[in-house]
Amino acid sequence: MAETVIELRGIINQFGTTRVHDNLDLDVYRGEVLGVVGGSGTGKSVLLRCIAGLRPPQGGSIRIFGQDALNCSEAERRAIDARMGVMFQDGALFSSLTVRENVEVPMRTLPNLNAKLRAELADLKIAMSGLPYAAGGKYPSELSGGMRKRAGLARALALDPEIVFLDEPTAGLDPIGAAAFDELIKALSETLGLTVFMVTHDLDSLHATCDRIAVLAEKRVMYTGTMQEMLHIEHPWVHEYFHGPRARAAVDTLERNA
Amino acid sequence: MSQVSEPSSPRSLTRQRASLLPDGAGRWALGGGLTVRTLSDVLEQLDALDGPEVALDLAELRTLDTAGAYLLVQLDERLRAQGGSLRLSGQSPDHQAVLERVAESMPKPETDAVVKLSLMGWFDQLGRKVVAALDGFTQVLAMLGLFLAKLVYLLRHPSEFRTTALVHHCHQVGWKAVPIVALMGFLIGVVLAFQGSVQLRQFGAEIFVVDLIAISILRELGILLTAIIVAGRTASSFTAAIGSMKMREEIDAMRTLAIDPAVALFVPRILALLIVLPILGMIANVMGLFGGAMMAWIELGISPGMFVSRLLDDTSLDHVIVGFVKAPVFALIIGVIGCHAGMQVGGNAESLGTQTSSAVVRAIFMVIVADALFSVFFAILGI
Repeated sequence: MAETVIELRGIINQFGTTRVHDNLDLDVYRGEVLGVVGGSGTGKSVLLRCIAGLRPPQGGSIRIFGQDALNCSEAERRAIDARMGVMFQDGALFSSLTVRENVEVPMRTLPNLNAKLRAELADLKIAMSGLPYAAGGKYPSELSGGMRKRAGLARALALDPEIVFLDEPTAGLDPIGAAAFDELIKALSETLGLTVFMVTHDLDSLHATCDRIAVLAEKRVMYTGTMQEMLHIEHPWVHEYFHGPRARAAVDTLERNA
Repeated sequence: MSQVSEPSSPRSLTRQRASLLPDGAGRWALGGGLTVRTLSDVLEQLDALDGPEVALDLAELRTLDTAGAYLLVQLDERLRAQGGSLRLSGQSPDHQAVLERVAESMPKPETDAVVKLSLMGWFDQLGRKVVAALDGFTQVLAMLGLFLAKLVYLLRHPSEFRTTALVHHCHQVGWKAVPIVALMGFLIGVVLAFQGSVQLRQFGAEIFVVDLIAISILRELGILLTAIIVAGRTASSFTAAIGSMKMREEIDAMRTLAIDPAVALFVPRILALLIVLPILGMIANVMGLFGGAMMAWIELGISPGMFVSRLLDDTSLDHVIVGFVKAPVFALIIGVIGCHAGMQVGGNAESLGTQTSSAVVRAIFMVIVADALFSVFFAILGI
């Protein structure tokens, strides 16, 4: 098995008296695309925010790149953060900056890049995310939802991170746009060796991109495994999820293409 | 394809420096890690590479990210444009994949149409700005018309009137502004009395300080400064509240739910201002007279009794009326500009900020302009 890049042990997350995660364990391996699924309110996004360092859990340990990510100095945490990129649901682009400037923001932390090279690299990331060149000069409010997501991805990839977190990357996209996004993620993860941690509801996207799926239920990661393994799990929710009417269509396409 | 081809994770060497060493004639060996963090180590050397054929050995290269690959692809393009070529050798499959990926998505700048600065262009810009300014003025007038029309509509359909909202806004706009307005009025009275007494004492005309305070506060300053403070407080809050609703499509949602935003949002706000601004003005007037009387007593020895009797005998009621006639006009200006600016907010957070500050500036400016027009008007009438 490949190297573990993220290791969660006994994670506890609590809002007031409601416990969202109780003793949650999860491993993410280098180079894989992991899809996290679960019903609404099972804390998928909370888990993502936890690992990305936006919300410390109430208990448990998080190791990223083999380093304790919770009990470390601020400099160490920054070093970890520099190797990760997050794409938020609606891109979370800075609305007062153009797309190119948005992508340049993380690069500004590196003193060795001059402005010209920074702009060129930003253009490269924009092109790699599948946006036309002209999009670089536009403001986020001038872009469609799908383009904003791509711009968000470009910003997440700005510093060539090793892990990318994607929060519902295909939500709100039309089927063609969603499929193109799936292919993009797959291609980037293959050529750049990216590890992708993806929260999604999109069954097609799970089929198309994910090497492994983690199911959040009953306050922990109930099951992990490939899509094929998921289809044979008896747990009622998991069964309903992967065998429901919407799932069947997705499975059919998968089998047709296989 | 994973990157764990090497025993120690190659990515952990991200910090490794990049090096470019000569390796025979026209041959170079790239070593270490070429990433976004180490680019500058070899940037100048790579830029200096020249010649018909450059061979670059990547066998010793441990890590290569897209930024590094970009440099190599760019070098290739540059050499090719000069009629030369770049030959890469010894690259690992992973690095080859990155290089191909980058080569395939090299950004191709589109030449923008260069806008020439010329006299015509300048006139063009000026014309557009003038038209936009006039257009903005028309829109504000349209908002005023909308408010009045809805007010008439509500008089005929009183059941649709939102009393709770009106009371809420009266509380927000009026009651909460009382302390600041009262303090401001008091201080203005104090300042006028103090400055007036210094000047009037030279002529032995100390008693006229009462007239000075009474006329200037009742006629002009009380209501004008109250309006300016309210413009700062309220125009901004109207714009921010309506603007953020506009931004999150709440106003569109209201329309689809058959709720008229003008009835639900504009009328209660502007009406609340119309009700409370005269009251706030009155508070400012009373506090101003109080402050002035206090200062006159301390500074000039004019007793409060004398102050009051002089005030009642000498000051015509006209001044009070002139002052209060302006209040509803100022209230309309502030409310209409605040609501209009809120509706101009676009999709992004920045426009909310610019509209809010421009609403305050415009409201204050228009209040002062209106005050000047009133002065001219009353001067002609001889009041």
